Amino acid sequence: MAGTAVLGRLTWQVATVVDVVAETPRVKTIAFDVPGWRGHRAGQHVDVRLTAEDGYQAQRSYSIASAPDRSRVELTVVRIDDGEVSPYLADELQPGDQIELRGPVGGYFVWEPSQGGPLLLVAGGSGVAPLMAMIRVRVAAGSSTETRLLSSSRSWDDIIYRDELERLNGDGLTVVHTLTVSQPLGWTGYVRRVDVAMLAEVGPNPAERPRVYVCGPTPFVEAVAEALVQLGHDPRGIKTERFGPTGG
Amino acid sequence: MPPIISRGFRRRRGDDAGGDRVPPGQYVTTDFPVLSAGPTPHTALDRWDFAIVGEVDRSRRWTWEQFRALPSEEVTVDLHCVIKWSKLDTVWRGVSIDTLLEGVETSAEYVVQFSDGGYTTNLPLEDVMGGKAWVAFAYDGAPLEPEHGGPARMLVPHLYFWKSAKWVRGLRLLATDEPGFWEMYGYHNYGDPWREQRYWGD
Repeated sequence: MAGTAVLGRLTWQVATVVDVVAETPRVKTIAFDVPGWRGHRAGQHVDVRLTAEDGYQAQRSYSIASAPDRSRVELTVVRIDDGEVSPYLADELQPGDQIELRGPVGGYFVWEPSQGGPLLLVAGGSGVAPLMAMIRVRVAAGSSTETRLLSSSRSWDDIIYRDELERLNGDGLTVVHTLTVSQPLGWTGYVRRVDVAMLAEVGPNPAERPRVYVCGPTPFVEAVAEALVQLGHDPRGIKTERFGPTGG
Repeated sequence: MPPIISRGFRRRRGDDAGGDRVPPGQYVTTDFPVLSAGPTPHTALDRWDFAIVGEVDRSRRWTWEQFRALPSEEVTVDLHCVIKWSKLDTVWRGVSIDTLLEGVETSAEYVVQFSDGGYTTNLPLEDVMGGKAWVAFAYDGAPLEPEHGGPARMLVPHLYFWKSAKWVRGLRLLATDEPGFWEMYGYHNYGDPWREQRYWGD
């Protein structure tokens, strides 16, 4: 069975910040240069390790948001106010700063263009990060795999990667947003949490046996996966990645 | 290579956030995060059973009622998840694997836990014996929620928590080791949190 191509030990690698982009008021994407990065598959994650002057260390796991690349790795981080690691990553890091990364990790929640589709990606909030890696590798590979992204955000300003998604929409990629808390004037899209009816409208039909990837907070993933099964999707075709409010 | 100092990073959490009860690279959470690879299965109790199969003199099988009639124990344990959180002093009720293996004749040295939804995880048989593992059906005094593995899940707290299969339906005893689900996807075959055995090669 094709596991992840981890060859030998995953060692800590030095990652130098090359860019910090504010995605939303609470979310930043940090781009790192990691010389000797072995590349990754869309959907995989990395471990991040921070070391304080006094030797204290903290580790966390983050999904990789960028398409596979020889040296560049992008992480999208939500600042959790009482967290220890995310406020540092989101507020403190500047180009030139260094942290350590170990990865890539995980071989199940991954998609490669050669796997084909159709593809259904369902994102809750920053759960869009590993799904964005899939969208980006699809574009980079010139894949025509029919792909739908259903992305749930609180408001227009909370949509992560909004401009890029708008630009990429089309050519077999359909981007659908639902805004669950507030909507801009004139908004004609969905205004509720993802449910069975919405998934049926967005498609594809379960009979097309799509590859489904769901990522977001636990209650979101639980509800979406349940709705997909109700709709007739094969549970074995639904891959989930969950993150909780773990104080990261 | 010494670790790289991250400019301006410092400890934010309390000094004794778990102390020596927290393995390297872990942090303490009071939440109970959920991690699973697919949709949560919902198996009706009247269709649930627990089986011991494989390299055994004869297979054993318990219906839910039979399983719940077995003697159970309350255990308070610390949990360590490979994605870095640890949760201390969690209270479970379950049936010891020692109880389930009573009278089972086997030459097996390994065991694979198998679950509704197709999840598997492997470990040496001795790691589920001697009061080290349970099939738990209650958490914090209440029936185990489906998202946390209910109606029943394995509890093997001395290993990373992916070694405790949710929605467990049985144990397959084996003469040779067979990597389970995450073990084939890059995670360590044994998973001792105190030796930080997270991934292949750790």
